[in-house]
Amino acid sequence: MKIVTGNDLKSGHVVWWDGEQWSRFVSSAADVGDGGEAIIAREEGARRVFAAYVIDGERTGEGVRPSHIKERIRALGPTVRLDLSLKPGEHDVANWVI
Amino acid sequence: MVEVQFRFRDDEVVGDPALMVDAFLTQTNATAVHIEPGDDARALLPFLDGLQLIEVSFPSWTDGRGYSSARVLREAGYTGELRAVGDVVIDMLSHLRRCGFDAFAPEHGLNEADAQAAFKRWDNVYQATGDDRSPIWAKRHG
Amino acid sequence: MYKYDQYDQQMVDTRVAEFRDQVRRRLDGALTEDQFRPLRLQNGLYLQLHAYMLRVAIPYGTLDSRQMTKLGDIADRYDRGYGHFTTRQNIQYNWIKLEETPDLLAELASVEMHAIQTSGNCIRNISSDQYAGAAADEIVDPRPYAELLRQWSSFHPEFLNLPRKFKIAVIASDTDRAAMKLHDIGMQIVRNAAGEIGARFFVGGGMGRTPMIAPMIREFVPLDQFITYSEACLRVYNRCGRRDNKYKARIKILVHELGKEEYTRQVEEEFAHLLQQGIEPPLAEIERIKTFFVDPPFEAGASDELDLSDPDFRLWVERNCHAHKAPGYIIATVSLKPAGGIPGDATSDQIRLMAQLAKEYSFDELRVTHAQNIVFPHVRKADLYTLWKALDAADLGTANLDTVGDIIACPGLDYCSLANARSIPVAQKISERFGSAEKQAEIGELKLKISGCINACGHHHAGHIGILGVDRKGVENYQLLLGGCEGADTSLGQITGPGFDENGIVDAVETATQVYLAYRQEGERFLDTYRRIGMAPFKEALYG
Repeated sequence: MKIVTGNDLKSGHVVWWDGEQWSRFVSSAADVGDGGEAIIAREEGARRVFAAYVIDGERTGEGVRPSHIKERIRALGPTVRLDLSLKPGEHDVANWVI
Repeated sequence: MVEVQFRFRDDEVVGDPALMVDAFLTQTNATAVHIEPGDDARALLPFLDGLQLIEVSFPSWTDGRGYSSARVLREAGYTGELRAVGDVVIDMLSHLRRCGFDAFAPEHGLNEADAQAAFKRWDNVYQATGDDRSPIWAKRHG
Repeated sequence: MYKYDQYDQQMVDTRVAEFRDQVRRRLDGALTEDQFRPLRLQNGLYLQLHAYMLRVAIPYGTLDSRQMTKLGDIADRYDRGYGHFTTRQNIQYNWIKLEETPDLLAELASVEMHAIQTSGNCIRNISSDQYAGAAADEIVDPRPYAELLRQWSSFHPEFLNLPRKFKIAVIASDTDRAAMKLHDIGMQIVRNAAGEIGARFFVGGGMGRTPMIAPMIREFVPLDQFITYSEACLRVYNRCGRRDNKYKARIKILVHELGKEEYTRQVEEEFAHLLQQGIEPPLAEIERIKTFFVDPPFEAGASDELDLSDPDFRLWVERNCHAHKAPGYIIATVSLKPAGGIPGDATSDQIRLMAQLAKEYSFDELRVTHAQNIVFPHVRKADLYTLWKALDAADLGTANLDTVGDIIACPGLDYCSLANARSIPVAQKISERFGSAEKQAEIGELKLKISGCINACGHHHAGHIGILGVDRKGVENYQLLLGGCEGADTSLGQITGPGFDENGIVDAVETATQVYLAYRQEGERFLDTYRRIGMAPFKEALYG
């Protein structure tokens, strides 16, 4: 699947396009097919997002898994500070990154 | 010609077309020349007395070679119009001015209020750059 | 240390107002991201992997307790309760919001701090020796010169759009504690044969993709000309540095491609011209700055005695403390590398504690080192034990300076969008494997540096052991380098061979130390043994 990701302009939060708006959770990410660049152009123009780009991912039993390790870390948070990540309570989540 | 949006000179604007450096060097009695970032401003040094306008191009505002070109020309005694053209952005206006530019022809017109604020932003400056501003170290030691 | 006058204060205040206006114009849409990005970079605000990161300048690594306390408070108010001290003596906050940054910068300005030019294609923070003003081997304190350079480089209108970033280090001793020759300009304050003080210039060093050691281009520039000489070096770079390829745009490439002689010739020509332009501040200005760097009132007759009966304290004194020029005093380094910890990170409580302790025990002064540790430069020996107990209670008493546990690591793929691999988990595993004081003492001095990518922010080329994280088909992999050194005898590390996975690299480091222990002769550090026996025995042990 093709996923659009970027950052919220004011807060800097990592965000994922869910089909209608930007979500902080990669599990909400929509498959945008070929439409990624058009979404980016519109959303960056409206300043709802910046530094947006298209990445590869796949839907798994657990949710959406970005294809590249960098994006998986981006989706989660620093693996060395899981208390600051989006899944602070889950001890094994760093394995999901690898 | 792109409009000169800001100019800090009293004399008449030069109407002659500005020649590229290569062309100018074959017609050195021309009064206007245009420098690209890759040109060596020093090539113009023998001809400064006859020049009334030097345009310095900024194809991209982050290519900073034009700032050095401007200072080289002013340090060599050039007193004609030194015009920044191209991707001239508001946030660099005061710095361009300090390097000796006295005319600005941005390819896209700039917001007047923001530009005026930018020119006036810095009450003081740390460095001597050959403009008429007294650097902080001079103010400290009289 | 330096205190702002009305002019310095107005400059940082003006900068805050300028940035506040730039943020407004960005949020209003008057500035595109392409137009805004270089502006926010020159105010230290990066977009990193998870959020905006702000890099706050700590000029030449020196700050007082008021400033350090503010850094701790900012971590709480604007970030997530901690900060990261960097390999250029700065501090980074990882979770900053753009809309709050102007207020954050205003708070910094209220204590004479800023984030000016800590990123972007401009002259960055001037770094220096963390023992400046305290070590006996310097000829003068280098920091007044660093302060003069800071002011000269701040908002220098000609040099805000350089081909690439520009890093300057200033030292004043033959012992190079600032990796001076691995900077774009390294300046060593020296005395000439006539006893005059001046600056020796080294230009064109750096790490990154093409590490190079800066050649000396001028043996002596008189004290009243070194700003002019610096300007000449920068102007040649601004005019001639490559702008066609981001990875070939540093001055080290220009010096290498022109050759040292031609680059020097151009600088000397520019220098002769600039000497006629009157751009050098008067000597009175450096004399004025020097008045802020006089010795603190050391107590005469302070006792040189140290009770080392507490074995943990003794170990810390032996490892982390350095001789001070004044009798009865000592320089103490606080390690921010507890075993299993994140190198260079400190919580806001730890930051405030160090501030308070510096105020009480170090004449209100601290330093940040480029090895990501904190120094108390002027501690009375009589106070040292009390200081250490307070530090130790806050997990700041680790006795591992310059040992295998004192790892320099960039933030790596856990934080940085440029990285290819994570560096912090590797650092944690290594520091745990070598966590025992006995093991560290047995191995002795060993500077281990980890970079998560080829940009080398962890200075891996300059590590006695270096580790470089790479991306091998989407999987993290680590190369091992041996024999780098950042001191006066600067050398660049050599790759051992094929890379390792995360567990493999930890084993490889241990193997390398075992080779060292097997071959070392009396008095040899790891680096010395490596230089004597060469790569072959290590390669043999690692790859069979």
